[in-house]
Amino acid sequence: MRRWVISTALALAFAAYGAADAKTFRFSTSGDINGLDPHLNNEGPTNAMKNNIYEALIFRDPDLKLRPSLATEWNQTSPTTWRFKLRQGVKFHDGTPFTADDVVFSVKRNNHDQSDLRTYSASVVEVKKIDALTVDLVTRVPDPILPQNIPAVFIMSQAWSEKNKTPTPVRGIVGNESYANLHANGTGPFKLLDRVADTRTVLVPNPDWWGKVEHNLTRVEFRPIVNAATRVAALLSGEIDMMFPVPLQDVPRLKRSAGIRVMEGPELRTIFLGMDQHRAELLDMPGSGKNPFKDKRVREAFYKAIDIQAIHKVVMRGASAPTGLMIAPGINGFAKDLNDRYPFDPDGAKKLLADAGYPGGFTVTLDCPNDRYVNDEAICQAVVPMLARVGVTVKLNAQTKSKHFDKIGQRQNWNTSFYMLGWTPGTYDAHNMLYNIITLKSGPGAGSNNSGQYTNPRVEELTRQIESESDQEKRNKMIWEAMKLHKEDFGHIPLHQQALAWGVRDSVAVLPQPPNDAVVVRFVKMK
Amino acid sequence: MAVASVPGAVRRFVDSDVFYSFRRSKVTMAAAAVTFVIVICSVLAPWIVPHNTYDVRSLNLLDAFTPPVWIEGGKPQYLLGTDDQGRDVFSTIMLGARVSLLVGFCATLFAMTIGVFLGLVSGYIGGTTDAVIMRVADVKLSFPAILIALLIDGVARGIIPRDMHDDLALYVVIFSIGISNWVAYARTVRGSTLVEKNKEYVQAARIIGLHPLTIMIRHVLPNVMGPVLVIGTLGLAGAILAEATLSFLGVGVPGTQPSLGTLIRVGNNFLFSGEWWMTIFPGVMLVILVLAVNLLGDWLRDALNPKLR
Repeated sequence: MRRWVISTALALAFAAYGAADAKTFRFSTSGDINGLDPHLNNEGPTNAMKNNIYEALIFRDPDLKLRPSLATEWNQTSPTTWRFKLRQGVKFHDGTPFTADDVVFSVKRNNHDQSDLRTYSASVVEVKKIDALTVDLVTRVPDPILPQNIPAVFIMSQAWSEKNKTPTPVRGIVGNESYANLHANGTGPFKLLDRVADTRTVLVPNPDWWGKVEHNLTRVEFRPIVNAATRVAALLSGEIDMMFPVPLQDVPRLKRSAGIRVMEGPELRTIFLGMDQHRAELLDMPGSGKNPFKDKRVREAFYKAIDIQAIHKVVMRGASAPTGLMIAPGINGFAKDLNDRYPFDPDGAKKLLADAGYPGGFTVTLDCPNDRYVNDEAICQAVVPMLARVGVTVKLNAQTKSKHFDKIGQRQNWNTSFYMLGWTPGTYDAHNMLYNIITLKSGPGAGSNNSGQYTNPRVEELTRQIESESDQEKRNKMIWEAMKLHKEDFGHIPLHQQALAWGVRDSVAVLPQPPNDAVVVRFVKMK
Repeated sequence: MAVASVPGAVRRFVDSDVFYSFRRSKVTMAAAAVTFVIVICSVLAPWIVPHNTYDVRSLNLLDAFTPPVWIEGGKPQYLLGTDDQGRDVFSTIMLGARVSLLVGFCATLFAMTIGVFLGLVSGYIGGTTDAVIMRVADVKLSFPAILIALLIDGVARGIIPRDMHDDLALYVVIFSIGISNWVAYARTVRGSTLVEKNKEYVQAARIIGLHPLTIMIRHVLPNVMGPVLVIGTLGLAGAILAEATLSFLGVGVPGTQPSLGTLIRVGNNFLFSGEWWMTIFPGVMLVILVLAVNLLGDWLRDALNPKLR
């Protein structure tokens, strides 16, 4: 009996000690991450989560500045060669040491046909191991902005990948995913403890991490909460410490709530609508042999039928910046004078449709995510009546983001006619937008998210030149020319940049808010 | 002949015990009046709503989030305010109640048809048939009805292609609610049938060589319908609630033809931010409708119960 009492008391004491020391950071957003494979699923929240577990040669800090990571220094040894000196004594989470071979393996893996993040290393044609701690990346043409891309090229262990038969990225559907998409083994400051898709992802600090620890966490729990009201309630009740996005209608209420603060800031993501311009026949018009979107006047009509100010005022409650350009202020290549939108003009839109041979309009399905961007479904719902008023019948297909991205993406061969997408250039440079969204043939992996297959030969040519131009002024002029051509072609319909809104409990002492909406767990401090 | 018999039927009804007990209960009369008004409004909704919210061209986004008319900022054309898409809440409630009632009626009829048929067969034929049907009913009773409805709806969602789903969603909901509610009818009818089948009139019918199906439908059925009507009325309220639950969970009828449950779900997103009218009014409507139908059901149960006469 006495022994029992003593052991219980001891256990309780330990438990209390552990509880006092445990610092768990629990956060939530509207959807789950799409997977863990470092070279699959190029999507903001997914990349942000992987960035806690995996590392690249260079790290982009929350101020978007480049910092040494797995490489300690880098420089250009020739116009087409970047040399990286690797960090010594780094170990992967499974204990295998990090070597130059892993870098060679990972960059090649990231350049694989099935990779979703190929855009970040597409200019690299050769990866050379010089010695155990030196690697050369050789580019096809001079690539002055390669270091801006490298933070998104995660390094994984060659030995681990080969042992687990996952040496290449394989695009799979949910339930039939590759080993690397379900497990993780990086060098980063956090290790994956547990992951159940759509339920939770749990991280614990990596005690062997090479860097200086700036957080004070013992555990990180991420869980998706799809319903916005439930997410707000979870934050209010203290079930989670942080969540985003705060539904715009709840921002004032959360600001008034004791113990909760709302962190707001501009985001660099541009939300836009895209239109299928490559199929001979629109998916919704089988048998007609027609694709109205091939006609520029139809695209212009759609653009002019959308009342962006109403969306800004009502759907976004003022928390958006309507845009005429596909890139945000703050992205290199932004030009203020190009950012004005064409005016809202429903009568003009009707006339354009009539001129194009569709006086009675036509029917088209709008593919839309419902848990990805701020009020994404509500924006699409608002677009439906606006287009109805110029005669176009829009069927709304709003679904969860993984299904949406599968449908409009390469995996289903761009199975969409009219879709919503948001894009932040991962390099904070316009070239990334041109390369992924606005062109098809400007390099390997180009047009990775150009679901409507917009293309213009001059824009393709300019994008190829922009890639290797090192004279900043000349380069910017080319960017502006390409952007202007795209705007005049109505290649996409840019809508706005949304504002960031994070709800944070006061239990969180330090939390950086980068403009790419990423939660960088390594800098989080709890009280 | 037919013309003459109608007043006769009315006269018989007015003179009946049932009508007498109806006249004596003010609560029942009120419930009946409320149900009547709601049903009439719902049936006529597409023609009498102030704002046809199914016509997307009529939606004005700038009118979204308008509060009810008696609150500052309200607009006279929107009596109960508007929702997040600028739809008049009063109109969406009328159209929503129509969808709710339609699903409720159809699901109840469906459940009643299956249940009554299986109950008759089970009670009349007996033996192995009876045992099998009643064991299936027992298994069915061990699942909560809403769980079965959710399962069916979820599976249907997986099978039916997405672009067809919105068109078929209504039927799927009706089927899933109906199929999860037939047991009550089957058990009741079986019990009554067991009693009736040994009575002389049934035996007489059997002796003159009528087909068992004819006996079941022509002779037994009319004598077991009383309790079925009671369960049906109460079941209607249950079916309306089940539909609202499914739609609230986001698996019911599609958002383009919102039912009361869908309206409550959408409005719920804005409850915290003070735009309460989007969820409270459809909620109140649902409570009134279900309460009225339930009261009618209770009355019918008492009125048809010979022990309480």
